[in-house]
Amino acid sequence: MDRARTIMAVTLIAAAALSAAPASAEYLAADLSDRRITITLGFAGAKVLLFGATDGEGDVAVVVRGPEQSVVVRRKDRLSGIWVNRASMRFEGVPAFYRVASSRPVAELASPAVLSRHEIGVDHLHLPAKIRAPEEVTRPFREALVRLRQRDGLYGADAAPIAFLDDRLFRTTVDFPATVAPGAYMVEVFLIRDGQVVIAQSRPLFISKEGVSAEIFDAAHRFPAFYGIVAVFCALVAGWLAAVMFRKV
Amino acid sequence: MQIYLPIAEVAVNVFLFLGLGGAVGFLSGLFGVGGGFLMTPLLIFNGIPPVVAVATEANHVVGASVSGVLAHWRRGNVDFKMGLVLLVGGLVGSTVGVWLFSVLRGLGQIDLVIVLAYVVFLGIIATLMLGESARAMLRHRRRPGAGRKRRQHIWLHGLPFKTRFRASRLYISALLPLGLGFLVGVLAAIMGVGGGFVMIPAMIYLLGMPTSVVPGTSLFQIIFVTANVTFLQAVNNQTVDVMLALVLLVGGVIGAQIGSHVSTKLRGEQMRVLLALLVLVVCGKLAFDLVAVPADVYSTFVLTGP
Repeated sequence: MDRARTIMAVTLIAAAALSAAPASAEYLAADLSDRRITITLGFAGAKVLLFGATDGEGDVAVVVRGPEQSVVVRRKDRLSGIWVNRASMRFEGVPAFYRVASSRPVAELASPAVLSRHEIGVDHLHLPAKIRAPEEVTRPFREALVRLRQRDGLYGADAAPIAFLDDRLFRTTVDFPATVAPGAYMVEVFLIRDGQVVIAQSRPLFISKEGVSAEIFDAAHRFPAFYGIVAVFCALVAGWLAAVMFRKV
Repeated sequence: MQIYLPIAEVAVNVFLFLGLGGAVGFLSGLFGVGGGFLMTPLLIFNGIPPVVAVATEANHVVGASVSGVLAHWRRGNVDFKMGLVLLVGGLVGSTVGVWLFSVLRGLGQIDLVIVLAYVVFLGIIATLMLGESARAMLRHRRRPGAGRKRRQHIWLHGLPFKTRFRASRLYISALLPLGLGFLVGVLAAIMGVGGGFVMIPAMIYLLGMPTSVVPGTSLFQIIFVTANVTFLQAVNNQTVDVMLALVLLVGGVIGAQIGSHVSTKLRGEQMRVLLALLVLVVCGKLAFDLVAVPADVYSTFVLTGP
């Protein structure tokens, strides 16, 4: 039943694509090599391949966004010789991960207004402060937030290149570092022609913890008291085992 | 080989941390201290978030102290009555400490407090130890075998609630060990240590306990205090990484055995000088980071979301 429905849906989409493609010549299709990344005990980062096709003309930009977070940025100041956290600012809707790939440098794709509307490029990312403050107050904190996330490999410094295999097929890879946060990610693909986004597509990507490390994290947050008792018990048993093992040596 | 630590949320090289556990275990076996005061800074230097390092180290110390106390117990070197009084103070102190930890974490000052506490206490201990062992070495050279006069009476010994501690051959106010336990409990929670490096000198110089029962009694109460800290950190802050604690324990157990074997071949004063120098190095590095211009004056803290 489900299978039949899927086949029907795919056929319909293919038919629609075929009928649309030749006429107005605005065609974009893209997909990921993986829809799901699992963080297991041996997780050391992951690579996901994004591939797609256009009808030939225009540039392609890809934006990968992680789940949104509330983040406090703090600034250290010197207080009688030592560095102490003083001023702080809270930002809302901060993506945990943000990377851009494009077939040309981002600045050449479109006007800043267009780039800002679609949040293409790390400079055009909307990072609103929770409490409204003048731009000159928030700017250093916002820049620091971006800089620190770039340092940790969570935000890309420059756009990664998108390679065109011929004038229609393109591909790029997205690198996820080992520190990537689990959650729902969104991969947006834009076809840009004459400085305007003519068509856009998005593909979800899920990053989840699985296996032993997921269970440990889960237990620590859902049953903290139980987790604490188990942690103490494990240490007691390990210590006792060590004492017994080495008594005879 | 990389493993992903579930609570610290970083991937680390498992052999590096086995090695760290082994090295600190070796030193704790050599010098007869818990090693928590070295391990927590080392974890922080190696990329474990300070809040996770502190909570996890408490868990690690539980295990490390158990194997130590069993050895002392077999030789009858544990003063249980003294241990219990210290423990009562310690449980209250560590509960207050964990609460303080949560408050400071919310204010964004916890990392500073952890480092400051380390610099102050490591500095004091290292200086005292250096001075003491230098004097001991000089004495050793002049007239070998001369001992230090034990039990000097100061105003602290005049406090009420006098109690007899048979195993320590002491008749002192119970408020003294109670207060000491409380203080060390607070430190244990904030610094992620057993507190042996504060407790042991205080037991010898302040309470006047005989040296033979000091390590066993200190370890005995440390087990319960650090168990309390582990539990409360898990409940309040969810920052105990059992995976990391187990990796450290495996390395630590092996290191401690080698260390205690080597310690039989070194002289007491030499060992204390070495330990004092080591403590000074750790303290110096932490103090330097506090006053040196940081690589980035900004830092981020994720409040909500994954």
